[in-house]
Order: sequence, then structure tokens, then C-alpha cells
Amino acid sequence: MAEKLKLELVTPYKKVLTEEVDEITATGSLGEFGVLPGHAPFLTSLKVGELSYKADSRVFHLAVNWGYFEVENDKVTVLVETAERADEIDLERARAALGRAEEALKKLTPEDHNFRVYESALERAAIRMQVAAKAARK
Amino acid sequence: MANLKSIKKRIVSVKNTRQITKAMKMVSAAKLRRAQENVVAARPYAKKLGEVLQRLAQSQDSDGHPLLEKRVAEKALVILVTSDRGLCGGFNANISKAAERYIKERKGDYAEISLLTIGRKGYEFLKNRQTIRKNYTGVLSTLNYQTAAMLAQEVIAGYLAGDYDEVFLFYNAFRSVMSQDITLQQLLPITPPEAAAAEGETPPEYIYEPSMSELLGELLPKYIEVTMFKAMLESVASEHGARMTAMDSASKNATEMIGKLTLVYNRARQAAITTELMEIISGAESIKG
Repeated sequence: MAEKLKLELVTPYKKVLTEEVDEITATGSLGEFGVLPGHAPFLTSLKVGELSYKADSRVFHLAVNWGYFEVENDKVTVLVETAERADEIDLERARAALGRAEEALKKLTPEDHNFRVYESALERAAIRMQVAAKAARK
Repeated sequence: MANLKSIKKRIVSVKNTRQITKAMKMVSAAKLRRAQENVVAARPYAKKLGEVLQRLAQSQDSDGHPLLEKRVAEKALVILVTSDRGLCGGFNANISKAAERYIKERKGDYAEISLLTIGRKGYEFLKNRQTIRKNYTGVLSTLNYQTAAMLAQEVIAGYLAGDYDEVFLFYNAFRSVMSQDITLQQLLPITPPEAAAAEGETPPEYIYEPSMSELLGELLPKYIEVTMFKAMLESVASEHGARMTAMDSASKNATEMIGKLTLVYNRARQAAITTELMEIISGAESIKG
């Protein structure tokens, strides 16, 4: 059994990561889960959320947005629409987006067509800030 | 013999044209590089998604998901990707003609074939000849995944509503700077990418979370989105490639023309001088005589 996981993270715009890692944690559609080397083949969808991995006893955080997570033979493939490293996140922008989404949501009712749009915008902004905060703490 | 002034004027005008075509070539070259990078960057995502889809579709009863199910094909939709701007050689004309030919050939098979055009050129070419359901312009110059996803959602919605039973995608695949391949791809219903000849090994048992059919349901629309996104990226790259080649040959032609005109100009000038000299000499002769 391999002792490392081969993590590959791709978005439609680029290959974000290819790395050997020790441990991965992500938010699946049924909740948060962790993957260690030797994991059984596994396929799940990801929610807007946080993805973190441990390599050389350092932890890295990423904010990801909708996607798939596949484990096979210690090879992990993550397909997401967007992925941002903690240090790439523009905190100001995320905060502004959060404010905007909150404002918009106040005016809308859950039946409104745009409600879902702003709700997910809110979610994304909140996750970005959460991830960025973790990076800043280190 | 054309007079000197008019030849001179033409040389100047051809030179100006050459300057423009040269500049356009440079711009296209720069844009091509960026477009090419985008195509290359999008490939791994599309490939991986295809692999995941293949595994899902192959390892079980895909339970007749509406996007996989083959229906009695009565109405078809052809999506044609062209460019918004011209001056790129036969790029738009070739694919528009190919699409039209295809529609004519298949007319008997379907009760109705409608078109969805992406890009102004294809729309203008076909608007008076075929039924165009919808047209999108201006999405290609600032192409991003969101736009492609939105388009794909609309196509899927129409498909599910029964507006059409089969969807085909016509686009220029980017082969190299010099060559584009007109590509026809069936978009809907989805035919999962062929399994790379399972070499006696059974695919490992997967744990699916949530259930497989739910995953498949989410994945299939994504697959359409990515396919369309990729097609549009390839088309943009091809467009710049085609424009670059076209502008390059236009510049070459202009240079050649300038050469020819200069030759004519010099001849005319020489002839004029000769005539003048003859006049002077004969004038002098007559005075002497």
C-alpha cells in the first residue's frame, strides 16, 4: 500500500494542483469526510466548501465550489468549478460579496427565482472568508 | 499606360492595407496564444469528467436517466459555433455550409430541424435559409465557464421539455494554427465515451455518496456544460488561427502586389523620361537644322 495519496485538482481553467499528500479533508454533499492512503474506491459530489490537505505535516486550505471527488488506488481526482488557495483569496472582495448577498437576500423571499442565486453567493463568500481566516491565523 | 500619379496612389493604398493586415495578424497571434492556453487548460477537466462519467455509466444500469435515454427522434437541434467577426478566411463559410449540407441531408429523417447559432457569422449566413431557434452573439469574445454553463442549461431545459429529441454540435476543432477540423458531435442524448477496452479487469467496487443515480443526475448536465465549453474554446482558438493564416497570406499578397505595381510605376517613369528626352533632342535638332 502506498503511503501517500496522489492528489490532482482540476478546474475548467487549469490544473490547480498535482501533489503527493498524506491526508485530505473535504466537504461532500453528505457531510465532511477525510481520506487517508489505502482508502476504498470512492466517488462523491462536493458542496461549496473547504478542501484541506496535509503534506509534509503542513496543512493547506482551499475554497472549492461544486464538484466531484474520486478516490481510486490512492489516486485522488478532484473536479471542481473553482478552487482558490487560501493565500489567493481576496478577503476584501469576499467580504463585499458577502455584504451584497446579504442585502439582496433581505429583500427577496425564498420563492423568488434569484433567491437561490444569492444564497449560493452568500455561501461561497462565507467559505472564502473562513478559509482565508485559517490561512491568516498561521 | 496608366499615368504615374494613379499608380503611385494605388501603391500607397496597398501599403496601407498591408499595414492593417499585418497588425491584424499580430493581434490574432497574441490572441491565439491565449486561446490555445485556454484549450489546453480545459482539457484535463473535460477528460477526467469523461472518465468519471464513463465509469458511472458503465458499471451499472444507468436507469434511463432522461439525458441518456434514446427517444424517437422527431425533432433535432443543431448547434453551430462560428465567430462573431469576419476576416478569417473560409473559417465561418466552411462550417456554415457544412452545417447546411448536413441539415439538408438529414431533412428526411426528422420532422423538424432547428438551429441554435453561437456567433454572429453563422447566424447571418443561415438566418434566411433555415429556422433558427435562437442566436447568441458576443459570448465568444469574453468566454467563460459560466456563460457556457448557462447555454448548456438552456439546451438541456429545451431537451427535457421535448422541444427537440436529439442535439448535434458543429464546431471547428483546433488541430493546429494552420488547420481546423469541422467537427460534428452528438450532444444529446449522451452517449458515454467508449470504455478503453476493459482488459479483463473488472472495475473496482466503488462507494458512492450520495447514491449512484443522484451522482449521475448531477454529473450528466455538467458533462454537457463542459463539452460545450470545450467546443467554444476550440472554436475561438481555431478562429484566431484561421484569421492569422488569412491575414498572413493577405499581407504576402499585398507585398507581391506592391512589387508588381512598383515595377509598372518605374517602367512608366522611364518611358516618360525617354519621351521627354526624345522631345528635347528632336527640338535641339530642329533648331540646329
